[in-house]
Amino acid sequence: MTSFASIAEKVLAGGRIDEAEALFLFEYHDLLALGELAQTMNERLNGRKVFFNVNRHINHTNICVNRCRFCAFFRTADQSGAYLMTLDEIRERAAEALSQGATEIHVVGGLHPDLPFEFYLEMLRTIKAVSPALHVKAFTAVEIAYLAELASLTIPETLTRLIEAGLGSLPGGGAEIFAPEVRNQLCPEKISGEKWLAIMEQVHHAGLKSNATMLYGHLETAADRVDHMRQLRELQDRTGGFQVFIPLAFQPEHSQLKVGNGTTGVDDLRTLAVARIYLDNFANVKAYWVMLGEKIAQVALCFGVNDLDGTVVEERIGHEAGAETPQAMSRDDIVTMIKKAGRIPVERDTLYRELQAY
Amino acid sequence: MLERITEKVAAGVPVDREEALWCLNEADLLAVGRLADDIRRAMHPDNCVSFVVDRNVNYSNVCESKCKFCAFYRDLGAEGAYLLETSEIMTKIEELTAQGGTQLLMQGGLHPALTIDWFEGLFREIKGRFPQVQNHSLSPAEITHIAQISGLSMPEALARLKAAGLDSVPGGGAEILVDSVRAEISPKKIGWQGWAAVMREAARLGMSTTATMMFGSKERPEDVVEHLFRVRTLQEEGGSFTAFIPWTYQPGNTELGGSRASGVEYLKVLALSRIVLRNVANIQGSWVTQGAKMAQVALFFGANDLGGTMLEENVVAAAGCRFRMSRDEMIALIRGAGFTPVRRTTLYKVLEKY
Repeated sequence: MTSFASIAEKVLAGGRIDEAEALFLFEYHDLLALGELAQTMNERLNGRKVFFNVNRHINHTNICVNRCRFCAFFRTADQSGAYLMTLDEIRERAAEALSQGATEIHVVGGLHPDLPFEFYLEMLRTIKAVSPALHVKAFTAVEIAYLAELASLTIPETLTRLIEAGLGSLPGGGAEIFAPEVRNQLCPEKISGEKWLAIMEQVHHAGLKSNATMLYGHLETAADRVDHMRQLRELQDRTGGFQVFIPLAFQPEHSQLKVGNGTTGVDDLRTLAVARIYLDNFANVKAYWVMLGEKIAQVALCFGVNDLDGTVVEERIGHEAGAETPQAMSRDDIVTMIKKAGRIPVERDTLYRELQAY
Repeated sequence: MLERITEKVAAGVPVDREEALWCLNEADLLAVGRLADDIRRAMHPDNCVSFVVDRNVNYSNVCESKCKFCAFYRDLGAEGAYLLETSEIMTKIEELTAQGGTQLLMQGGLHPALTIDWFEGLFREIKGRFPQVQNHSLSPAEITHIAQISGLSMPEALARLKAAGLDSVPGGGAEILVDSVRAEISPKKIGWQGWAAVMREAARLGMSTTATMMFGSKERPEDVVEHLFRVRTLQEEGGSFTAFIPWTYQPGNTELGGSRASGVEYLKVLALSRIVLRNVANIQGSWVTQGAKMAQVALFFGANDLGGTMLEENVVAAAGCRFRMSRDEMIALIRGAGFTPVRRTTLYKVLEKY
């Protein structure tokens, strides 16, 4: 019989919990007990350190052929508010970020119907030309699939070209939720979960690290969340290429998909804690403050989380969806927030190398 | 230290100041949460979380106190200064009762011209027209001020207000019950002894009261602890506090400025409140200052009540903090945390289980 005690015993002995046990934890009433277990597991892996990085998001375009129903960011090409940044604008943003101490540029955008593959290569070269020290974390698996089609290349060939142009790693977006029935309702045009995972496997084989996300708080069940994490854990067993797991709280406010009122604080903390416990082969679990709010993100540091996102200058996607958080947090803000949670702030680079402890 | 505190908590022995301070400064958030949650579950074993349907009516924003943390007050005659007409107040109460509200929380500023006659007239009319509504109004600072400008002693004024229909006294204006902090943030407001005197008198008159604490401005952790111990002592000496409500300073549009207390700090202070104040039945989570997400999480850190749905709230909103909550949202939030939502009266009588 599954009980919290039996799960805790297993985890504390260094064992791996199964899907039924993860589901049990999703339904377990004692949030604090869950937090304690997740915190124990996190401290075993990461001690009292909490990572953050100084980065800048560049969302080069919001024009997207995928038109996912949960997304409030995309526009069609002829819609008002549609934009595409020029390479000069991208260069300016990267240069500004560099001058502010950023070590990473995070680039994701829509699936633009008209841009040639060369634009993406040029965009990477442009950013690397600002400084070769800037790490470019760019393109979700969804974009990679799109670019491969655009270039009429295989995924490995596409990755080779992008890496030559400066691609350093991949963000974890576009995973949404893998369960096909939910995915079909959320984002019918987007690549399947299977394809997303297959591309990530190829990305890892190409020698790049990537992140992994999960969009939750919409139509999915707890079982769908566990299924999603199971597939990530299995792939991670094979490649070890995922650096961090990032659950993303669905923001219904400006989305076409009118489901619920957004995630609750308890659900956010529970999801992060279960993820920390279940994903034993992931070194890091991140609370993305842009979508959770700074308060819950900080509290999450006591529920198994060891990574806060970067200082994130100019994030657009979550904010278009109605996220009420500020556009950016300064390095000082993040350091203070981590210290006030009784943890040690450590600035990292994209590949989780420690740059400076505060 | 944690072991020592845990033992005391389990044995029902009150913690001391040193232990309380350790909880704030040294303890892990979840450890403090665990202590508070155990106490909360022992005190409220029914697994319910309560709320009241209420409305804050701010009869005037004219205030001579001019606290540095406040974004709501205006000088008499200044732009935006107002005093509600009695008819406006009655309309607001009608709206409250139409929505099934049971509590009126009427507060204003320390208005230089409103003597006790004005309040007596108003309260009599409210009681006459809305006998079912609990008039849970004013604050110790207002009651003291009304007494002064009316040439009465505070006990005389309070007795007259009670006779006119004031049912209970909310614990606002407590801020931090340490005068060195008050001197910095609210130098013109009554001192902590003045606040305590009104609450003692209200209890003596058989009126129920609540106590609040505004933290996250200029106080030290020691001051937070002192505040809690002063409330505990007042309650021991015959106080009538039904609830304790800690909330955080909101710096928007204020003279004091500065930053907001973080989520972890809020939960720690909340949990410590539950641990220290075992002689106060209810601890309220503050969705008004923390938002719905944090208020829900607060239910695991000692809070067993989420206060009012507040059909109207102006004071915190003036400081740039505008959360809204409907009755349905409140119910969903409580259920989502695994508790049974109950609607209550001001005096914590259950009206409806959901």
